[in-house]
Amino acid sequence: MREPPQAPGRVVWRQLRRNPLAVAGGGMLVAFYALALLAPFIAPYAEDEVDRERFYHPPQRLHLLDASGRFTGLHVRATRLVDASAFRYVETPAPVPVRWFVHGSRYRLLGVFPADRHLFGVDPPQRIYLLGADPLGRDMLSRVLYGARISLTVGLVGIAISFALGLCLGGVSGYFGGWVDAAIMRLTELLLTVPAFYLIIALRAVFPADLPSGQVYLAIVAILALIGWAGLARVIRGMVLSIRRSEFVLAAEALGMSRARVIARHVLPNTVSFVIVAATIAVPGYILGEVFLSFLGVGVQEPSASWGNMLNQARGYRALSSFPWLLFVPGTAIFLTVMAFNFLGDGLRDALDPRRVQGGRIA
Amino acid sequence: MRTFLIRRLLQTVPLLLGISALTFLLLRLAPGDFLATMAENPQISAATLDAMRHRFGLDQPWWVQYGLYLRNLFLRLDFGESFSRHQPVFTVLRQGMLNTLLLTGAAAIVTWGLAIPLGVWAAVRQHRATDRLLSLFAFVGLSVPEVLSGLLLLLMAARTGWFPVGGMRSLDWEELDAAHRVVDVLRHLVLPALVVGLIPLAGRMRQMRSSVLDVLRLDYVTTARAKGLDERTVVFKHAARNALNPLITLFGYTLGSLLSGSFVAEVIFSWPGLGRITVEAIQTQDQYLVMGSVLMASAMLILGNLVADVLLAAADPRIAHA
Repeated sequence: MREPPQAPGRVVWRQLRRNPLAVAGGGMLVAFYALALLAPFIAPYAEDEVDRERFYHPPQRLHLLDASGRFTGLHVRATRLVDASAFRYVETPAPVPVRWFVHGSRYRLLGVFPADRHLFGVDPPQRIYLLGADPLGRDMLSRVLYGARISLTVGLVGIAISFALGLCLGGVSGYFGGWVDAAIMRLTELLLTVPAFYLIIALRAVFPADLPSGQVYLAIVAILALIGWAGLARVIRGMVLSIRRSEFVLAAEALGMSRARVIARHVLPNTVSFVIVAATIAVPGYILGEVFLSFLGVGVQEPSASWGNMLNQARGYRALSSFPWLLFVPGTAIFLTVMAFNFLGDGLRDALDPRRVQGGRIA
Repeated sequence: MRTFLIRRLLQTVPLLLGISALTFLLLRLAPGDFLATMAENPQISAATLDAMRHRFGLDQPWWVQYGLYLRNLFLRLDFGESFSRHQPVFTVLRQGMLNTLLLTGAAAIVTWGLAIPLGVWAAVRQHRATDRLLSLFAFVGLSVPEVLSGLLLLLMAARTGWFPVGGMRSLDWEELDAAHRVVDVLRHLVLPALVVGLIPLAGRMRQMRSSVLDVLRLDYVTTARAKGLDERTVVFKHAARNALNPLITLFGYTLGSLLSGSFVAEVIFSWPGLGRITVEAIQTQDQYLVMGSVLMASAMLILGNLVADVLLAAADPRIAHA
């Protein structure tokens, strides 16, 4: 007995679910983006909440039992600065209980609802540093959560723009051929000849050095998108070249369909599976592009947090050896995100397309 | 072969022109009249500024400027003046390029020196624990960006003191004799070369593995085994050598990236190469130096691909006649 045909979407979904790594990667990404979305609520402090008493405060351990071994509920221990020049702290036995849904700095949840509740916190003037503090006594956990909002969206917005460009130009190039094709292809060759990091830097030089935070974000996205479309456009062009000679396209043309409609309805939809996979694989390149620019100090500016400018604080070798959490906190976030995208991209590729996907990748 | 060479050389001309047009455009797009900014800088003499203005026709319309830019670039290798370093851009770039080549050359040795034996090892142990472990390593390794591996190694160096934490020479380099100078530079070279070399390692290792697996299935390997040769001889003398062929092709194409692929590591380890110069140039808003290094890096990439193509054509006559 033959099985009834299934919608392609369901087949892909079934294939994908069989791949544990892809499921793990997808799950991690959903969690990361949810955390980024809810960052102001989950983070105990605002990203720019400085504490002059606690520069370079080390990560604190959570305890259930107090110093004498009695159960006192979830708490951290108060610390005391013992060496102000080396920023060395020791734990005192005094418990600082962790409280839930505490009042704290004001923010707008999802950018709309004004609120001041935070998932957890401790009573001031004590502070809780589960992942340590940065050179200005700002909470690393809060900053890595706030930073995720920038670092994670740069990838998505950048991909959206550069893939829109790549699809349009690649589609036009492949469908029309002739001098349009030649012009677009020479342009992509040019962009692909400049090594990615040099091109990023050169494009960054076009913008003023001291842009305000919001504009830097747009500039970074624009730079990365401008670089990313070229490789994709070339692949799309190749696919379109072969698709436009297929019979269903010839039929559509014979029936008098306009060229724009043929491209939009018949040609481009056949590249979708490739585009989805290429996009997933390309996102880490964009995230790393932001990390790189901010790491160099020409990207997202203080006091806004991004994973790149957090890494920048770990650059000095003294900072690195004495306060390694400055490296490990943003580093782990970057590593896990890149890995999750790789897992998901690999799984999607296996599920969607038996042919290997190339191109559409930067850096 | 000669027609191939000529054709291939001619193909690079429009690319070089295109890239010079791109950098010129970016120079023009850069914000503000930077000569005016320079004029406020007491360290730059009015004479230098006048010389620059004349050399690049900065008071002329843009097409004259572009013409002068091209003439200076291709006829005199004059990339302009680095304002922050008070030196011609070309002088700055030449030294940086040599340092970059030293680094990427060492990195290539790391990559291939590890990828080939590990790939053979994984292939021989196919589906066993070693193979699985190496695959896992390759997969995880692909997710560690250079920024992180670089900073991790730097952390290791800072903690243990086994390696210097950046730069290319120790402070007392001037007082060392020749042999110690070489050792000193090599010690500085180890960590950045590891960072740059480890990036392509995972991919190359997987390719070597599958190549060896392909060869191991061939008849002559079966013959060699049937003759009673021991497995080591079969793998290393018969299989591995032939498995290298497809990788030689690949090696040719890495030549291009060899000359431009160490950007991040240079920044992290303060290695005075082309990448670090570029980053310093953008931080000091040294426009001519930024564009000069972009041009130079692209030219090196084009040159690398050209050399690779010629080598491949020399190795495989079919390519030259295609």
